[in-house]
Amino acid sequence: MSKLHLDQSLIESSRKAAKSIAEDVQTFIDAHTTTATERAVSRLLGIDGIDEVEIPLPNVVVDNIKDGGGLGKGVAFWIGNAMVQTGLQPQEIAEKVSAGEIDLTKLAIASDEEIRDAIFPVAEEYTKRIKSNREERERLIAELGEGRKPYLYVIVATGNIYEDVLQAQAAAKQGADIIAVIRTTGQSLLDYVPYGPTTEGFGGTYATQANFKLMRTALDEVGAEVGRYIRLCNYCSGLCMPEIAAAGALERLDVMLNDALYGILFRDINMQRTLVDQFFSRVINGYAGIIINTGEDNYLTTDDAFDAAYTVLGSQYINEQFALQAGLPEEQMGLGHAFEMDPSIENGFLYELAQAQMAREIFPKAPLKYMPPTKFKTGNIFKGHVQDTLFNMISIMTNQGLQLLGMLTEAIHTPHLHDRYLSIENASYVFNNARDLGDEIEFKEGGIIVNRANKVVADAEELLTQIEKDGLFPTIEGGKFGGVKRSRTGGKGLDGVAKRDEGYFNPFVELMLGGAR
Amino acid sequence: MSEAIEKVDLTKIKPYGDALNDGMVQMSFTLPVPYGDETAEAARQLMKKMGFEEPSVVYAQDLGVGYTYVVMYGKCQHTVDYSTIEVPKVEVTSMSYEEVQEYIAENVKRDIVVVGACTGTDAHTVGIDAIMNMKGFAGNVGLERYKGMKAYNLGSQVPNEELVAKAIELNADAILVSQVVTQKDVHIPNLTELVELLEAEGLRDKVVLLCGGPRVSHELAKELGYDAGFGPGTFAYDVATFVATEVVKRDLI
Repeated sequence: MSKLHLDQSLIESSRKAAKSIAEDVQTFIDAHTTTATERAVSRLLGIDGIDEVEIPLPNVVVDNIKDGGGLGKGVAFWIGNAMVQTGLQPQEIAEKVSAGEIDLTKLAIASDEEIRDAIFPVAEEYTKRIKSNREERERLIAELGEGRKPYLYVIVATGNIYEDVLQAQAAAKQGADIIAVIRTTGQSLLDYVPYGPTTEGFGGTYATQANFKLMRTALDEVGAEVGRYIRLCNYCSGLCMPEIAAAGALERLDVMLNDALYGILFRDINMQRTLVDQFFSRVINGYAGIIINTGEDNYLTTDDAFDAAYTVLGSQYINEQFALQAGLPEEQMGLGHAFEMDPSIENGFLYELAQAQMAREIFPKAPLKYMPPTKFKTGNIFKGHVQDTLFNMISIMTNQGLQLLGMLTEAIHTPHLHDRYLSIENASYVFNNARDLGDEIEFKEGGIIVNRANKVVADAEELLTQIEKDGLFPTIEGGKFGGVKRSRTGGKGLDGVAKRDEGYFNPFVELMLGGAR
Repeated sequence: MSEAIEKVDLTKIKPYGDALNDGMVQMSFTLPVPYGDETAEAARQLMKKMGFEEPSVVYAQDLGVGYTYVVMYGKCQHTVDYSTIEVPKVEVTSMSYEEVQEYIAENVKRDIVVVGACTGTDAHTVGIDAIMNMKGFAGNVGLERYKGMKAYNLGSQVPNEELVAKAIELNADAILVSQVVTQKDVHIPNLTELVELLEAEGLRDKVVLLCGGPRVSHELAKELGYDAGFGPGTFAYDVATFVATEVVKRDLI
């Protein structure tokens, strides 16, 4: 039952267009692979560690294959073949490649059947490990319980993983449900995943598997203490999208930022590269039970939050279809949107309410990720706290899923310990005090709120039918999202894209999607 | 009644709460010790050491990891002489959007080329976008919309080398650098490097060089070798005015 009297035929038509857009891109994805995708496969085959100049072994292996012209067959083919030829395990093979003792594409080639027989037991072992992480999460939630939605989501960003741990545990004790460790500025453009625990970062902390493990342990510890499962979030975006998804799945992360469109628009990552990367990362996230967060909210920081609202909805429909293609269920789709309108707009609260309720009704099962005001935070911390209060109010009225808490000190610094406390206190107060308000409210037909939501729905439908005609790549080239233009061959990472050759296979897509693709 | 109100002595000013010279200051901070009477006393003693009289803890909260947040009030004892203060400022009265365009048409008679970027590892384009992009910010259009200006926003994470190369290619009159991430002072070496690169290319005197960001002051910018620095509350017309008048003043036409 739509409280906003939304035109269901427009929503159906939007979904249909988005599906066709995503299928069109999927045809491209299915014909290609990337260095990052293959490095993720390497990691899932147990290849880890760094060489003497600190190059990660997954990079060493994939570069060796790429230099030998074999990337189009995929790393599973070459490692499987090396296993047949040498009788060694993937990690030992990687070490020998690093030492210059094995050149993967120069070995004798075994039959496809032998190669698959060698690789699948290893792939199954790691797939099982991810599955058991998923079961462990379910077990812990059943045992400890969890916070009520909207989950209180806060960030830590000290640059030092050990300092992050302290801040994260404090936040959990104050009531946070999700801790996101912001990555160091610039990591999205690194074409490798750094190794080991790290203590030096700017505006954030390196995403490494070791850092994931440290934070996971710390959150499990504090979760047991407070009697609530505490979710861990990190970022599988940028040039290493699927590799970080793999590391996250292996270390039982619960939430991951994952959005190719965001990388294309805001990090200037090549669109071909990142859409192929996104597919495998979503397969992994889907299988691992990880909630993804998409980045539509960012459109509203570069474009106008009122005028461009329909682009957010349009992109959410597309992201939904991309996720379904990768086997990621609706319950794990943290589609993004934001409370970013200019606070001086008359009735701005009504428009924000309309849009939040609209997203709720269109994606009823999705744990929507609702982002706080940032663009119009000024340094006036007191007004900032009020802006966040209005934002929290809308979230509880419209039953959002993941509430990224606003900070009164936004626009000043990364949050201090007590900034986080104040914002958790604010949200807890508002959520508790207005818990069931949403259920009590109906919206006036033909009123400001209903009209606003219907306008956004109609504009998004028009956008999607246009994109269906033009194709997604040309749409991005034309600057339709976030007002940012990106070219198909521009941006970072195109050199890591390869056409798949005859005989390409990715055992994890087969195992995780159950035979599809 | 009016004689009952004390007049402000500009040579000795101090904070105002609800009466002149009461010195009232509100303050909040966290101490890395557990919640308790000792912590409140520690906070009071600390505030005394900072030069406050009658410090009082009005609120204290355990933050959960053996740390305590306090909200405090105290009376400041110190004063400063306001009458002798001098602060280096961008000494241009900003023209409006229309006035800048007229000024360029009359005095420059060609397009001023402006290149801007978020440099180094900084990925936060909100500042440079607010100044440069067509739409601008809070109703003030950006440089891209100005007649008489050709504005190129290179976006985020642009290496200094690339910015300089682009400035040479476009024959830029002005370079704008935005720095939002300033944790651990990462912006300082990055801003310095750009000046050095421009000097090495013999370009420094030929361009108007500006930087901006929430933690950038005019004073800091001058110190680092920039022509001006713009902090919070800056709009495109402020930057446009400075660039246009500087181009004329330095005869870069």
